[in-house]
Amino acid sequence: MDRISPGSRTPILAPTRRTALKIGGGLAAGAVLGFPAIVRAQSDAIRIGHLTPRTGFLGALGDYAVLGIQMAAEEINAAGGVLGRRIEVISEDSINPDTAATKAQRMLDRDGAQVLMGEISSASALAISQTAARNKRVFLSTGARSDTLRGRSCNRYMFSIDIPNTMMVNAVGSALLRDGMVKGKGFYTLTADYVFGHDLRRAAKTFFDRNGGMLIGDELVATDVTDFSPYLLKIRQVRPDIVCSNLAGNQVTNLIKQYAEYGLKAPIVGFNLNTADAWAAGSGNLSGIWPTVWYHTLDVPASKAFVATFTKKHGKPPENHAWIEYISLKILAQAMAETKSTDSEALIAYFEKGAEFDILKARKARFRDWDHQLIQEAYPFSVKAKGADKWDLMELGTVVPAPDVAMETLYPTREQNPCSL
Amino acid sequence: MQIVFLLEQVLNGLVLGGYYLLIALGLSLIFSVGGVVNLAHGAFYALGAYAAITVGEQFGFLTGVVLSPVLVGVLGVLFERFLLRRFYAADPILSLLLTFGLAMVAEQVIRILWGAAPLPASMPPALKGPVIIGDFLFSRYRLMLLGIVAAVLAGVWLLLHRTSFGRVVRAGMQRPDMVAALGIRLQPYMTTIVVLGVGTAALAGALFAPVTVVHPAMGVEIITIAFVVVVIGGLGSFWGVVLAALLVGVVRGVTIHFLPAASEASMYVLMFLVLMFRPRGLLGERIEKFER
Repeated sequence: MDRISPGSRTPILAPTRRTALKIGGGLAAGAVLGFPAIVRAQSDAIRIGHLTPRTGFLGALGDYAVLGIQMAAEEINAAGGVLGRRIEVISEDSINPDTAATKAQRMLDRDGAQVLMGEISSASALAISQTAARNKRVFLSTGARSDTLRGRSCNRYMFSIDIPNTMMVNAVGSALLRDGMVKGKGFYTLTADYVFGHDLRRAAKTFFDRNGGMLIGDELVATDVTDFSPYLLKIRQVRPDIVCSNLAGNQVTNLIKQYAEYGLKAPIVGFNLNTADAWAAGSGNLSGIWPTVWYHTLDVPASKAFVATFTKKHGKPPENHAWIEYISLKILAQAMAETKSTDSEALIAYFEKGAEFDILKARKARFRDWDHQLIQEAYPFSVKAKGADKWDLMELGTVVPAPDVAMETLYPTREQNPCSL
Repeated sequence: MQIVFLLEQVLNGLVLGGYYLLIALGLSLIFSVGGVVNLAHGAFYALGAYAAITVGEQFGFLTGVVLSPVLVGVLGVLFERFLLRRFYAADPILSLLLTFGLAMVAEQVIRILWGAAPLPASMPPALKGPVIIGDFLFSRYRLMLLGIVAAVLAGVWLLLHRTSFGRVVRAGMQRPDMVAALGIRLQPYMTTIVVLGVGTAALAGALFAPVTVVHPAMGVEIITIAFVVVVIGGLGSFWGVVLAALLVGVVRGVTIHFLPAASEASMYVLMFLVLMFRPRGLLGERIEKFER
């Protein structure tokens, strides 16, 4: 390659095409890898290693998670910390399962993290849980919903906070059954092509089989697909009675927007939706019945207080991942304070003996000792015709299970869940 | 039945291709004339979407779509004048680093200005819904997009092939030294090309905001596809890029129908095949300055 000195009169000079293409391709590929956050550690604090996706199709959710955990840490520290020590949360972008596992190990070895927390991606949560088990440290899996994660892949160091896929299917299912939308109906599902989606599809299939619904078509959709129009045309060809989303993150938003754009006749329902993805859809695009683990309009005093503080601080209401990270750190702080220890074995013993936690819902939650899932309530919702503001779009259905029914009812039973700790 | 359906998928692929085209066209032009692979091109696309929504909230959807490319075009002038211009004569690694860095800066600026959560966007209710002719169904909005893309394409082609401006630009692609020897400064032309390039990218962002998720990383997502389209089409060729964009769109649509699992890979397989038999891309011209 020859060059012309900067003082040359030739105004424009090009490099060789080959070099430019090679470097360009490399950089474009590198652009998706991202860069780690810079961390500073303090000596006498209790350090928590917090991993959550900040980029990619779950990135928008992860940002709320960080806001939630920060707010919990500030409140705990303002009240004197835990065991007289400050809580220090180290939050990093987990990016993908491999990176998540590497970062988790580094947080334990180098940053002196006592406990690991976080995740939304079930695939990354699985990787972190294995690192946690190897190091014999507690991992609070906050936002991952895969059943397999708490079933076949469970281990005694992992505790799962969010509701499992089975619970989400049952929450929506109860509303569908009420409206006579299952028996004899043909369902067409769109499924996120990774462990979470496969798992959700399995739970959905079980539900259809048990209640006389038919699964007449299914598409596995890669997580980086942004255009659903070819799928929509295909679905229209099959003419199912109900279209059903087993997608995750940005995928759901894209589907909702384009479903409204194409104006297909079949009603759409979904077994997974996070509030941020619903907010991102824009007015008039969302329809159907979906599940949620928590929503900011929930009519519980403690929840309302949390929403008011968060909204005042950030100028927008908390999303369900802000809530779950917030209550998760509070759960951990309670366990550390009660056991007067940050030791993983002591914490496990405390969680397993059925301690109750206020998670800003009508009923308190507790961990199940044999599979370490937090047992809690959930809600189906439909879309509000006219909300008070742009955040207010969910018409919450009745809580499931109903207040007089045992909370464990909709969770996988011992027979259904192959977990052995 | 099957024929109608295939037609739907092909037409759908054309729209998708048109969308890639609006982004890839600018990328190709800037590379052909300036020799710079603009990795920040996706950022202008993202800014186009954000600007359209922000303006649209105040003045309506249409105003947003029209004003957004203009606003981003102004940014393009600053980008070319104060940054890009210094790098035409430099080692390509420098301009790649510059534009790569700029893409990250732009993404963070979007995060700071608009927040990390995706921005909601809807199309006017009048444009929503399908067009149905017999058994044939298509999105009304996308049909309109296809028309807009065709109009933009015709405009750019006329500009490049039927005006004196276009003649200088095309001469500049092939022999910048000769153009300079004739006493013509290429720099103002380059500014115009950059404005045109980032403007069309912004238009794509504005038009697709109601259809796709508007989030800070949307620019990074699209740049790889745009880059693949440019490579398949061949550098310096107007019709090459057009053909490649439409081909990528149609191939993706048809693969999703027959072999869904391969839909994401289809684009790269296509690139592989094309480069194997035509290393300069489908209609890539022999451009002397790139052949050393």
